[in-house]
Amino acid sequence: MTEREHRPATPGQGKAAPRPARIMRPTRAVGLVGYGAYVPRLRLPAKEVARVWSEGAALLPIREKSVPGLDEDVITMSIEATRNALARAQIPVEEIGALWVGSESHPYAVKPTSTVVAEAIGAVPHLLAADWEFACKAGSEALQAAIGMVGAGMMRYAVAVGMDTAQARPGDALEYTAGAGGAAFIVGPQEEALAEIEASLSFVTDTPDFWRRPGAKYPQHGQRFTGEPAYFRHVTTAGQELMQALGRTPADYRFIVLHQPNTKFPQRAAELLGFSPEQTRAGLLVPEIGNTYAGAALIGLTAILDEAEAGDRVLLVSFGSGAGSDAFSLQVTPRMAERRAAAPRTRDYITRRKEIDYGVYVRTRGKLSM
Amino acid sequence: MDIPRNWRLRTQRYALVGEECDHCHSKIFPPRDICPDCGLEAKAHYAFSGKGEIYSFTVVHDPPTGYEDQAPYAIALVKLEEGPIVTAQLTDVDSAQVAIGMPVEMVTRKLRAEGEEGVIHYGYKFRPTLARA
Amino acid sequence: MRPVAVLGIGQTAVGEHWERSLRDLATQAGLAAMRDAGLEHVQAVFVGNMLSGLLTRQENLGALVADWLGQRPAEAFKVEAACASGAAAFRVAHMAVSSGEVDVALAVGVEKMTDTTSGETTAALATASDADYELVHGVTFVGLNALVMRRYLHEFGWKHTDFAPFSINAHANGARNPNARLQEPISERDYTRARMVCDPINLLDASPIGDGAAAAVLVPAERAYDRPRARVLVAGSASATDTLAVHDRKDPLFLSAAHHSARKAYAQAGLEPSQIDFFELHDAFSIMSALSLEACGFAERGQGPRLGLEGRIRLQQALPISTQGGLKARGHPVGATGMYQLVEVVQQLRGEAGPNQLDRARVGMAQNIGGSGAMIATHILRVA
Repeated sequence: MTEREHRPATPGQGKAAPRPARIMRPTRAVGLVGYGAYVPRLRLPAKEVARVWSEGAALLPIREKSVPGLDEDVITMSIEATRNALARAQIPVEEIGALWVGSESHPYAVKPTSTVVAEAIGAVPHLLAADWEFACKAGSEALQAAIGMVGAGMMRYAVAVGMDTAQARPGDALEYTAGAGGAAFIVGPQEEALAEIEASLSFVTDTPDFWRRPGAKYPQHGQRFTGEPAYFRHVTTAGQELMQALGRTPADYRFIVLHQPNTKFPQRAAELLGFSPEQTRAGLLVPEIGNTYAGAALIGLTAILDEAEAGDRVLLVSFGSGAGSDAFSLQVTPRMAERRAAAPRTRDYITRRKEIDYGVYVRTRGKLSM
Repeated sequence: MDIPRNWRLRTQRYALVGEECDHCHSKIFPPRDICPDCGLEAKAHYAFSGKGEIYSFTVVHDPPTGYEDQAPYAIALVKLEEGPIVTAQLTDVDSAQVAIGMPVEMVTRKLRAEGEEGVIHYGYKFRPTLARA
Repeated sequence: MRPVAVLGIGQTAVGEHWERSLRDLATQAGLAAMRDAGLEHVQAVFVGNMLSGLLTRQENLGALVADWLGQRPAEAFKVEAACASGAAAFRVAHMAVSSGEVDVALAVGVEKMTDTTSGETTAALATASDADYELVHGVTFVGLNALVMRRYLHEFGWKHTDFAPFSINAHANGARNPNARLQEPISERDYTRARMVCDPINLLDASPIGDGAAAAVLVPAERAYDRPRARVLVAGSASATDTLAVHDRKDPLFLSAAHHSARKAYAQAGLEPSQIDFFELHDAFSIMSALSLEACGFAERGQGPRLGLEGRIRLQQALPISTQGGLKARGHPVGATGMYQLVEVVQQLRGEAGPNQLDRARVGMAQNIGGSGAMIATHILRVA
């Protein structure tokens, strides 16, 4: 499972030795002091895509996916998720030292999403703000950075958002699943945390499973290459290594949440890691909202936090094409119970739904050329 | 719709930040130099909760230039819980469900974009208050 | 202050004047008013107009119109108060003459609205609202009136059809006005079946835009008058303001600027509302008719539609309104509308209103509303 045997040699040094997993822990303990989700209201049933593109014959990877409204994008959705996180954190906004948004659908190619979000929540001007890009891992990468900054004592709080309004070429397999949504987390000192971050780990390689070139409207993917060498290798390695480094087994965790491009992949990867369907259930949102890309694993975590109890452990493993995984081990604190109701639960957004047909979807997503 | 005129309103547009009058304590939106209630100077910032109810509404089917791609859309006079009424679009709602008195809450959304390549303007809209379990 | 008389009037038909420009229309109406006054020269020209900058990309209208009227070097400038620009120009002319600074003033209201697409015209009209707090949300002018009308129906319990008499009356009168944009009478059935424009406002609640110009010559009342027809005096001239945005009003269902300007005009004229023989009100939308009647003291709050339902607004009844079709049927060339109203009042007072002539027309009132009620000018004219 650790798959170290294929590492390339460093020039001049012959065959490289296996490298030990690098577990990360900040010098100062940190945790999530706030979390918030957002899912748009519109839903496109997968059978609508099948009706238009395969005479209804396709196997459906999910039931339905969320679709952003005409007036929504990663900026507006990040603002709402961040407001929800703030409502739970109850911190002074001027103490936020960084606000990072990870996405592959930033409204601007050049001009940060993060400054608009920071302005909307009143956190400007003395903070770091930037947008992150690493396919579906951009949000968890931002979370890693937030842990580092807060853990190093450079700031009291940092906000990490993973949010996407994923685009897919009409008729492509990805069109069934490419959804919209995500989550925001506020990292702060452990003593204020609703969930402590015990440790994290990152595992990345150069793997061309999915990409979009500049100027291209829709991404392309390596078809079957997206499975074994990309998703499964990175997700399972990162999850396994983190548990091993912490001396844990799946039995130590009540929940696991993985990046979820479809229903099958996270179920299979969790099984490979030794987790039961019961541990997977709460964080598996993809059948109802689709693959929210940079938001997918993170919004799954918010759904878990909505129902987790003090002492519960959660294993989170993201995946970003290109490719890499971030793994995090979290433990819920007693503070969670008093803050949870300060913002809408993820389930509230999922329950709020208006079904649309493929025609409305095409208009709403700007796929009509006029 | 040039850039500076929208930019300078970003705080009030994104987050519904108005004023509270130092003298009569009425809440003011949009912020202005003279309190509309007592006529004295107003300058203390006040962030509105964003909660309110529909005072009146209609649906625009024949939009002005620049809003064609949004039509039809509902606009409303929203009475904020702090007192002022604001004009705004309603979002995340079917027109047929809108009614006078309906509770709504502020969300920050795209107001409009300057074409495919231009700047995007964001600001307040209102949606039916999210149902919570 | 000296009393002022209206010596001459002129107008073009309201319509889609494909072959005539903004300046052609203004010139035609201005020259007609001067001819009617028997004058070849005026000392000052005040041009009421709202949209020339946006729709014709032409400003500095005062100089342009004065030049085309052959009145150089007369003092001239444009007066803008959205849809109340026409009455505002008349009011400036009145101030100029009553103050003694000007002895012969020409007020011209003009608008050219059909050179542009309906989207552009809609966007331009919406500039009468608050650009940063109403317009930016995609509000249209009809939309603002729809917001007011829906709340009015909700608060006072009227049905939409209760507003039908305003539209039916205006169309009946417009059908007999050769200058009217719409010259077809309508039935209650037409009204209830009209296409919905902006719920609850349907096509027959809304006035049509159009091209047009109207003008009047104002002189001191003491100027020798040796004509056979009645001499018309300006008995009251006042304007007042309210918040630009509907949402900023303490009571969005009350036209406070109409109330204040009318009260002032009544005081100047020494008259009560009951002494007004007829009323050219600003029926851009039927809801505005009701609100105007209420604010001016002709109906109790929330009771405006009653005057229509009881038939009192028709010709020869208690308070005829829109006697030449009003904005609803004569048409609403926005910056010219206030001047059309005043020209029509003069026609009635002189007994020159043709088939729409009132038997009793000694005192007439005109009220022109700018924006959704932000600037309102009220004039009372009477036979001397």
